[in-house]
Amino acid sequence: MRAGKVLFKMAKYDTVIGLETHLQLSTETKIFCGCGNVFGDPPNSRVCPVCLGHPGSLPVLNRKAFEYAIKVALALGCGVQRTVKFDRKNYYYPDLPKNYQISQYDMPIAYDGKIKITLPGGVHKVIGITRAHLEEDAGKLLHDIPGPSSYVDLNRTGTPLLEIVSEPDISSPEEAYLYLVELKRLIRYLGVSDCNMEEGSLRCDANISLKPAGAAVLGSKVEIKNLNSFKAVREALNFEVARQTEALDEGEAIPQETRLWHEEQRVTISMRTKEEAQDYRYFPDPDLVPFEVSSGVIESVRETLPELPASKQERFLGQYGLGEKDIELLISDIDLADFFEKTVKIFSDPQVVCNWVKGEVMMHLKEQGESIESLGLSPQTLAEIIQMASSGRISGLSAKSVLKEVIGTGRSAEDIVRERSLEQVSDKGELEGIVDSVIADNQKSVNDFRSGKEAAIGFLVGQVMKKTSGKANPKVAGEMLRKRII
Amino acid sequence: MIERTSDKKITRDTVRYVADLARISLGEEETDIFREHLEQILKYVEQLEEVDTENVIPTTHVLSSMKNIFREDIPAPSISPEEALSNAPDKADGFFKVPRVIKER
Repeated sequence: MRAGKVLFKMAKYDTVIGLETHLQLSTETKIFCGCGNVFGDPPNSRVCPVCLGHPGSLPVLNRKAFEYAIKVALALGCGVQRTVKFDRKNYYYPDLPKNYQISQYDMPIAYDGKIKITLPGGVHKVIGITRAHLEEDAGKLLHDIPGPSSYVDLNRTGTPLLEIVSEPDISSPEEAYLYLVELKRLIRYLGVSDCNMEEGSLRCDANISLKPAGAAVLGSKVEIKNLNSFKAVREALNFEVARQTEALDEGEAIPQETRLWHEEQRVTISMRTKEEAQDYRYFPDPDLVPFEVSSGVIESVRETLPELPASKQERFLGQYGLGEKDIELLISDIDLADFFEKTVKIFSDPQVVCNWVKGEVMMHLKEQGESIESLGLSPQTLAEIIQMASSGRISGLSAKSVLKEVIGTGRSAEDIVRERSLEQVSDKGELEGIVDSVIADNQKSVNDFRSGKEAAIGFLVGQVMKKTSGKANPKVAGEMLRKRII
Repeated sequence: MIERTSDKKITRDTVRYVADLARISLGEEETDIFREHLEQILKYVEQLEEVDTENVIPTTHVLSSMKNIFREDIPAPSISPEEALSNAPDKADGFFKVPRVIKER
């Protein structure tokens, strides 16, 4: 913080935040059985004796899930555990048919990593990663309120999860938000999870405590659950900072507890505190033998690492000569970056393509709120539309409307241009008569232009456009008008 | 969580606590019986403390030669929802039905 700011506002309390993020890994099958790892199927249709926890069934580790975990570990700069074991975390809840979750207790597959975030103003900050461990997801519960029952769907049971735990290095709700954005970007680059919070493939719990500014001892930790979006994380943490500040100001003690974020009321609500601390009785799972991670395995996974954001940024800077802000946007998502590069391969003016991507494409992306694939726009089609506009075959305005229609209907750009006869008239022979009549009918403007009023040409071009129902190529019309008037 | 006292005696409270964790209900008499059993078992296992285990990595699995058992990420058939629910004490609309686990707010 700059000196001026310190004088302006001296915080009374330091905020200490740590985040626990659960990622569902996008393997084909579950972590310990061959059931498909798919979202949205009918209840209890993706289950087998292993994920149902039937007696006598045995879990066998999915090699891909293991490799994905190592891949994340390497990208986060973590150490990779050379001997990996799994442990049982015992608890009774109907979303967990075995009454224990296979997880990792004291020997997580990855430890001691870091994530670099960029704070407003361009300052970098490193957030430590304590550990990342593999475990199985639990099932899903539906509650019939006020009825007497809960309903259990075990399709999700056994979905591979990687839990990533940050160090309590995060000092504000905004930093927590930036951490999550950066983590998601990295994971999406690695292609090991789609990070879709709505479908639960990325979930986050936050731990927050406040302590008097500069104090060494941490305050009581409050855990916040039910955070359904990055914005909810930031908002819930802001709420907690305010709530805890007020309580501390009043001399109240903050109880260590778990609170739920209430999405509609935008407040955190205390869950009833349990009388006894959970006793998970972790012990090594005898159903799974240990795994030795050789240097060879680590190296072969390292070879599968894609170009990560920092390297991509540098390459884009040299290769495309775009501004930093433009590059930042393009590399904010791996699919967007790939989409841009594929389009540039076909229409080779990076700045023009970038302008289209950050303008029109981003606009449609925001409206639909989904991924670039879901727009149904291929790089070929975007390049085709840009080509039509830059050759003057259609106007810039038409090009935007064609793009919109392609995205909305999936029809080909060529068909749309033909059907709506959007082609501009650039043929001088065709425009000659119209240009002449516009000059004849608007002598005042013609004289204005002759006497140096540059703006008059715009009016005359407008008249040509009007007479051609917008079909004339305004650039060509302008050139013709100038030539004839002078 | 209950800390064991230094003389490693199993108390009736310990037995009740462990029974609770295992979701077993014990009568007074049974609590006494199991207190004695557990104490005997612990005493037996305590013999291991005579061995010097400094610098020995804890054994997590007895099959020391067996390592790195993976399956490839290839889908295998699941069982049908009907079959999955065939042992369920209660079910509805393809779900396992259980007593409601969250309270009204």
